[in-house]
Amino acid sequence: MLGLAASLVDGVLVGAVYGLAAMGITFIWGVMDVVNLTHGAMIVAGMFGVYLLIAATGVPAYAALAPILVAGFLAGVALYWIAIHRMIGRPPLMSLLSTFSVNLVLIGLGTALWGTVLFNVQVSLPGFRIGRYTFPGTHIMAAVLTAVIAAGLYLFLYRTRAGKAVRAVAANREAAELVGIPTTRILALSCGLGVALAAVSGALIATMFPFTVLSGDAYQLKSFVVTVLGGMGNPTGALVAGVALGLLEGLVTPFMPVSWILVIEFVLFVVVLIAFPGGLLSVGRRRVGAR
Amino acid sequence: MNALLEVDDLGKRFGGLQAVAALSFTVGEGEILGLIGPNGAGKSTVFNLINGVFTPDGGRVAFRGSDITGQAPYRVARLGLARTHQIVQPFAGMTVLENCTVGACFGREDLSLARAREAAREAAGLVGLENRLQAPALELTIAGKKRLELARALAARPALLMLDEVLAGLNPTEIAHMIGILRAIRGRGVAILMIEHLMQAIMSLSDRIVVLNSGRKLSEGPPAQVARDPAVIEAYLGDPGMVQGRAP
Amino acid sequence: MILRRPFFWLIALTIAVFAAAPRGADVELRESLLLAAVYITLASNLNLMLGYAGYVNFGSIVFFGLGGYFCVYFMGTLGWGLVPAALVAGVAVSAAALVFGWGILRLRGVHFALATIGVNEGVMAFVTNFQPWGGSTGIYLSPELFQPLGGPRQALWIIYYLLVGIMGISLYLSYFVKRSKFGLGLLSIGQNEDAAAVLGVPTPRYKALAYSASAFLPAIAGGLYFFKGAFIQPADAFDLTLSTEAIVITMLGGQGTIVGPALGAYLYEELRGWLLTSETFANFQLVVAGVLLLLIVQFAPDGLMGFFYRRWPRLRRLLE
Repeated sequence: MLGLAASLVDGVLVGAVYGLAAMGITFIWGVMDVVNLTHGAMIVAGMFGVYLLIAATGVPAYAALAPILVAGFLAGVALYWIAIHRMIGRPPLMSLLSTFSVNLVLIGLGTALWGTVLFNVQVSLPGFRIGRYTFPGTHIMAAVLTAVIAAGLYLFLYRTRAGKAVRAVAANREAAELVGIPTTRILALSCGLGVALAAVSGALIATMFPFTVLSGDAYQLKSFVVTVLGGMGNPTGALVAGVALGLLEGLVTPFMPVSWILVIEFVLFVVVLIAFPGGLLSVGRRRVGAR
Repeated sequence: MNALLEVDDLGKRFGGLQAVAALSFTVGEGEILGLIGPNGAGKSTVFNLINGVFTPDGGRVAFRGSDITGQAPYRVARLGLARTHQIVQPFAGMTVLENCTVGACFGREDLSLARAREAAREAAGLVGLENRLQAPALELTIAGKKRLELARALAARPALLMLDEVLAGLNPTEIAHMIGILRAIRGRGVAILMIEHLMQAIMSLSDRIVVLNSGRKLSEGPPAQVARDPAVIEAYLGDPGMVQGRAP
Repeated sequence: MILRRPFFWLIALTIAVFAAAPRGADVELRESLLLAAVYITLASNLNLMLGYAGYVNFGSIVFFGLGGYFCVYFMGTLGWGLVPAALVAGVAVSAAALVFGWGILRLRGVHFALATIGVNEGVMAFVTNFQPWGGSTGIYLSPELFQPLGGPRQALWIIYYLLVGIMGISLYLSYFVKRSKFGLGLLSIGQNEDAAAVLGVPTPRYKALAYSASAFLPAIAGGLYFFKGAFIQPADAFDLTLSTEAIVITMLGGQGTIVGPALGAYLYEELRGWLLTSETFANFQLVVAGVLLLLIVQFAPDGLMGFFYRRWPRLRRLLE
């Protein structure tokens, strides 16, 4: 019984990071109506980023987060200009294929460089013991940092002028343009933020679990599950839904082989998409654009 | 006159906004009913509620005797109810003929492709697009696109045609032309329910008028009567003291 | 009247060329053309959803893989002959697609595309755990199964001709669908789904039918392909690379056109062949596909045939 409880608590911790990753997707989706199919690749980029930074400079893992945030942001802005800018206003199919193609390129380059070898980031952090169970320090730290970053995003969106502009563009791009908001710059900024979130969540995951170049797929699926659970364009919902998914995984892992978990998540994904298009948490109406 | 369309106590709420409330009216066969009201009165929402784009919170819609409340748009179209949009929605990648053929294929009669093309040609001819059948839809002017939208809806051989501001954005010549087309359509036995802001046009075309304000019916009756109704004048002009006679 | 359309004969000619070129002897050419035929089959059928109705199916490989599994299972475990096994596999997969499609096609474009990614992953995860189908190790077929076809060497030729036939049927299918009322409905959905629904196009039914139809021939092709290899395992059967390449091929050649997928397949095969010979690029197959797709989507979303048809409209009337 205690084992299950421990599993659940751990699920909450890990789930928080899933929520962070999903915030990356839901943010871009909410602001510019684009589904970023490079999300998985960006998570992997964050994983490798923290690995390489540690290998090259020997800084403690958590210090690597700041440069990864910045690098992720820049990558997101670049992604916007390369693949998304010309797709705004065109049928959604086009932006989907566009980001998909960038994903192909990135994963292709990644497998060419690093193959499908398993990588690991060693972080020594004391865990938290209750009885027989130790909650890994890395998990706790990841959850805490997630809360910090999420709080930072919240502050940005609701306490700064730029954040207000982002919310305006998310609500109605044309109207925002009419009142003089430089929409293109805001879109690029939002894309940067979305990718930064993906990258930093990847970095945090790397501190918790081993990874390969192909891990992005699984985490991308989890991110999408969380996004539809929490409602498209709803960052708070994403965080809550992430924890929910983590709880679900914690509930199921002791009883089932790991490979079935993906099947369950996929079924959940489709069921929620069909039955609850607004997300399970339609109560939390705080979408980026607050429509 | 039999009631072709019966709207009974229709209501719809979007979050905090009651867009339509307790709305009831009918459209008779072969009748032209005008739906007018200030901006934001809920007119387009009424159309969306009738043809199934939105599901009403309350009330009932019946068409040709059967209950169509909340039915999917394609089912409603099959029963013979066609609709145009305020912002035209042509199939940009198709030609004029192809656009109209889609309308003809999936309308009231289950036509084969060949017969549908004939019906499409006929409908295009009715609006004056017979010489532009092979033109790609996106090459038409706004007036042309409006006519295409109308032809496409007509090609389905509907019993009732719902027009959403079909005259908006047209110059006076185009308007006069379009009014002639609408009269010809009614002449063929098609009933028309139209939303319009051009007062002269809708007053002269309609047999009856329904006035909507903030989602509720304000007035109903022949155009002359509605034009003199103080409540209507106040809703539009704000001052019931300004009485206007019917425009010629 | 159909027989007077040039394109009817163009397809027939293509089938004839494919059948005759290896002259019953050139194995290397046969294998290369076989792969091309598979690409063309996958791309043409994908086109029904992607090019006509405007719905991207990222996981279309699932039809190919499932068809392979059904066929191999029918032949290996139940002892059926090749033709009934392949046919029933096709029916089974498209029936499953119909039922399943009815559910996920309620989703609009983007959500649907995401769901299809998950479909493939989900099916692969399921099959990997499904012992009656060999789990993660897969199923091996005994060489005896080639005997009814006249032995392994002859069997490979028969399978080749059958696959060419499937390719031809795929091309004819996309041709006939496009010229039918059903096709017109699909195309209108691709242009503007809401407007199509308001005009009476029964969008849920048509989308489900297109999805199911797009599964049938790829499933049979999968059955033939994996029988030929006498081995099937989840990693190969559900490898997203093939469906990704099908998307690139369809976009390259021109989505929504009939010639497009065939032309795209041919060009992509050539490009791929050239890349594989060059040492440096062998690993970069998907990178090249990605760059190609990005360029097409950004600058030429109508693909090659789209470009040609805009330049020379008479060509469209001739070929489509």
